[in-house]
This record gives sequence, C-alpha cells and structure tokens, in this order.
Amino acid sequence: MSQPLAYFFDSLYLIKPETSIIGFLVLILLYDLIFKKEKWLPYISLFGLVVTLFLIIEQYGYNKFAFQSSTNFGMMAIDPFGAFFKIIILLSSIIVILFSILSKELDVARDRMGEYYTLIFGMILGMFLMVSASDLILIYIAVELVSLSSFVLAGFLKNDSRSSEASLKYIIFGGVSSGIMLFGISILYGITGTTNLYEMNSLLQNFDSTNILMILTMILIFAGIGYKISAVPFHFWTPDVYEGAPVTITAYLSVASKAAGIVLLIRLIKSTFVSQKDTFGYWEMIPAFDWQGFLIIISILTMTIGNFSALWQSNVKRMLAYSSIAHAGYILAAIAVLSDQGLVGVMVYFIIYLLMNLGAFLIVIVIKNKINSEELEDYDGLGYRMPLVGVAFTIFLISLTGIPPTAGFIGKLYVFIALVDAKMLVLAVIMLLNSVVSLYYYVRILKHLYLNKPKAETTDIELSFSLKLFILVLAVPNIIFGLYFAPILEFVKTSLIILGI
Amino acid sequence: MMEVGLQHFLVVSAILFSLGIFGVVTRKNAVMVLMGIELILNAANINFIAFAKYGNFGFDGQLIALFVIVLAAAEAAIALAIVLNIYKNFATVNVDEINKLKE
Repeated sequence: MSQPLAYFFDSLYLIKPETSIIGFLVLILLYDLIFKKEKWLPYISLFGLVVTLFLIIEQYGYNKFAFQSSTNFGMMAIDPFGAFFKIIILLSSIIVILFSILSKELDVARDRMGEYYTLIFGMILGMFLMVSASDLILIYIAVELVSLSSFVLAGFLKNDSRSSEASLKYIIFGGVSSGIMLFGISILYGITGTTNLYEMNSLLQNFDSTNILMILTMILIFAGIGYKISAVPFHFWTPDVYEGAPVTITAYLSVASKAAGIVLLIRLIKSTFVSQKDTFGYWEMIPAFDWQGFLIIISILTMTIGNFSALWQSNVKRMLAYSSIAHAGYILAAIAVLSDQGLVGVMVYFIIYLLMNLGAFLIVIVIKNKINSEELEDYDGLGYRMPLVGVAFTIFLISLTGIPPTAGFIGKLYVFIALVDAKMLVLAVIMLLNSVVSLYYYVRILKHLYLNKPKAETTDIELSFSLKLFILVLAVPNIIFGLYFAPILEFVKTSLIILGI
Repeated sequence: MMEVGLQHFLVVSAILFSLGIFGVVTRKNAVMVLMGIELILNAANINFIAFAKYGNFGFDGQLIALFVIVLAAAEAAIALAIVLNIYKNFATVNVDEINKLKE
C-alpha cells in the first residue's frame, strides 16, 4: 500500500467516535423514514451515544494527528484533552435526550422527533469536530455544522411564535458572527499562507511585536468563537434564544455547544500562539497578539454584564441564560491565566457546570410540565407542593452560586487558585464580587419557591418514581463532588495533554 | 495600462464586507438581512482566492472558497425556511416587528 493511503486508513481508525456518530445519524434518519415509530428513537439515540462513549474511552490515551498533510501536521488533533471534552459533550447529550423523552413541551411535535434526534446528532458531530479541529477551515465547517443544526432545533416548535422568533434571531446573529469569523480566517490565511494552526505557530515565531493586522484578525475570529460561548459583546442572541427555544435545546446549548466553543478557543491559543511552556506550566506567548489582556477584558465584561442583567429577570429561562453568560465569564477568566493550572480550572469547572446547570434546567422542565409556566411569579409556594423539586432546585442554585459544600464551590475554587497563583488578584476579586451579585438572583428564585404565598388554593403535585430518581441522580453528585472531589481532579490531570508544545 | 493586483481584490472584498455589515444593521426586511450575510461570506471568498493566486499558497484558498459556497447555500436554505415559518406565525418579515420575547 502506498504511503498516503496508509496514513489515510490510520486516520480513519483515529476518528472512530465521529464515524459512529455519523452511522447512528444515518440509522436514525432511515429508521424514522421506514418505520415511523417515534417510541424507539430515543433509545436508538441513547444506544448510539453509549457506543460512542466506549469508543472514546478506548482511544483515550492517543496523542497524534489524524489526516496528516505532507508537513507532519494534520487536520485533526486526537489527544486526551479533546477526549475529555468529547466525554463531557456525550454526557450532556445523554442527559438532554432523557430530558426530551419527558418534556411535555415537545409533545406537539412528537411526530417529527426523527428530525429532532437527527439534528441533535448533527450537532454532536459538529461539536466533536470543533473539539479536535486543528485547521482553520475545519474549524469553520464545524462551527457552521453546529450552528445550522441548532438554528433549526431552536425553532423546532414550528407553530409557537416565540420559538420561531428565537430561531430567526439566532440565525441572523449566528450567520453574521460566523461570516465575520470567516473574513478573519481569510486575512489570517493571507498573512501566513496556511490554514493549519500548528504550521501557523512556526511562521508566527518571526513576529516580535504586536501587529495591527494581527489584532484585527484575531478580533474578527474571536467574533465567531465569542458568539458560540456567548461572551460579551457577542451575547445579544443568548437571552432571546434561550427564552424562546424548547427547554431541552436551551439546556443543550448552554452546556455542550459552550464546551465546544471553549475548547476551540483554548486550542487556537495553545497551538498557534504559545512558543514554549516554562517549568511551572505557564505558557510563553508569541507577542503577535496580547491574548491575556484581551481575555481579561472580555472576561470581566462577560461576567459583570451577565450577572447584572440577570438581576431583574422575571422569566427563569431568561435568568438562566444570563447566568450562563456569567459562567462563560468565569471560564474565560481561567483561560486568561494562560497556564496549565488555568486549564485545570476550566476542566474542573466544566464537569461541575454540566451537573449543576443541567440539573437546574431539569427542574425548569419538571415545573413546566406540571404548571405550564416559566415565569418566576408562578413558582410561588412550589417548594411546599413539590418538596423534592424544591430541595433539588436549592442544591443546584447554591451550586451555581458557588457556596460550599456544593460542587460549584470546588469549580470556582480551582479557578481562584489559578488566578491567585498567577498573581492576577484584581480579576480574582472581581470574580468574587460577581459571585456575591449572582447570589441575589439565585436566592430570589428560592424566595419565590418557599416564602411567597401562592395566589390560589393549591394541592400537592405528585412526581413519578423515575422522575424522582432522575432528579436525585443529578442532585446527589452536586453534594458528593463538593465534599470529595479527588476523582474529578485525578481525571482532569490525566487529561491535561494537548497535542503540540 | 494598470495591472490588476492583490490590492484591488482586497479593496473590493473590504467594500463588500462593509456593505454586508451595513445591510445587516440597517435593513428591516429579514430577507435583505440574509443577503447582507451572503455579502460577508462572499467578501471572505474573494480574499481567499486572491491570496491563493497572488501569494502562491497553492490551491488551498480556492478549495476553501468552494466549501464556503456550499455552506452559504446550506445556510441560505435553512434561513429562508425559518423566514417562511416566521411569515406564517407573524404575517410579516420585518425584523423590528418580531419582538414577542422580552427586552
């Protein structure tokens, strides 16, 4: 066999998880087309995700390029860091598909659920590519793949005007942002003559000072990434889309596609702009663009605007949208450290963010199923009518605030440690103050649940056993990981291998 | 006679890009906004092809332009479907009148 062909088959072996996702995407589509039985679709999807999870765990230790070009760098970087985030994306997909089974909001569209799961798998494929892409053009295609699927999913409730409005706003913002990103990529291609991030790294070593063209290009490219992770000033779509889209999709956008965007940003910085790593794990940056200053400004803006806008929201989904903007700000603060310790902060934060944020959205779905509302004033007195839901919601909200003994505290703690070790005390203090502000609006939900009297006479609301179990499965780890987090830290530290320098 | 060089292409693409952004910001009709997005994508395409030709970077740039054309078509298809659905629900495609979601 000739050499390029052998490389090609090696690469196919490396992208088994992606191949499995494509296979199940086609399977779901065909099954829906031929049998038209909605009932089994979620189980096929879940089976596909579990199979993919095993494939990722099987290739966990790999650290090489797939689809190598003649220059030894490839289109995709398969490394433990990517595998870690693929596992996070898969776990959130599994949870979201379980949400979709029980959400009553989707009942009006039950006959179209084949499309729903197909689009979810399209999103997963795009996010997998985003996580491992090391070539600008693959990055752009992956971002578009995720976006195009999520535009349709946001407007999945076709006859609901709020849902269609969300999808229109989403596609206008998404189209413009990714167009601006593409324009930035085209200029970067003009500067360096390559689209591969690692090749760019060796070419950019010649830049010994900041360059106005490079600053412009990076800001243009950040427009696309910032829109994916809803960083200020590219966050305007977030509240509207999160409020209008079906709750299941809102939950998915807030965790999985945000994770993929964060990895994209980290990989762009790490493989393009880092010249070497010192003994303490701090990255020495190529001076072409001041990432640290830029990220600090964006992070402060993101967490402050996110938290302060959340203060006067009356719709719980909209409030959680602003809270997810604020959380993106905390994660950007950890990236701004530009060190391995900062990355530990990001990864620990993401495991915990997955648990607490999806938990909060599960409660929103359960309450929406029972009282058909997401307005805060309709939550009055619900803590007594649904005791388990009230207690679980309290746990999730306290975790989101970051108060011990919940897991959210551990996530914030590792970001703080990274910031303080890097002597970025101002950013650490701003983050602390922001957490205090966030306490106000999280606790406001609890006030409605427990202290406000309901307007009309009410009865207790019963939950099925499986639903109670599901709530506990998400709530209990939030306490356990707050007290015993060694396994998370262990897993994160073994995954901290990014291909390259 | 003046030779057409890289600069000319870059100027054209910069103008197209600015017109695209301008169209997205000022137009009220959703379809016109989508046309603005198309202009932005095609501005990037001109850049890619011009750089590939005048920079002697091989065929990468021209291949990328093909990918972008395909993606732009996919995006336009989805966007028009969404606009059609908007028209069914709101009986208008004016983006300023579509504001049921809170400020």
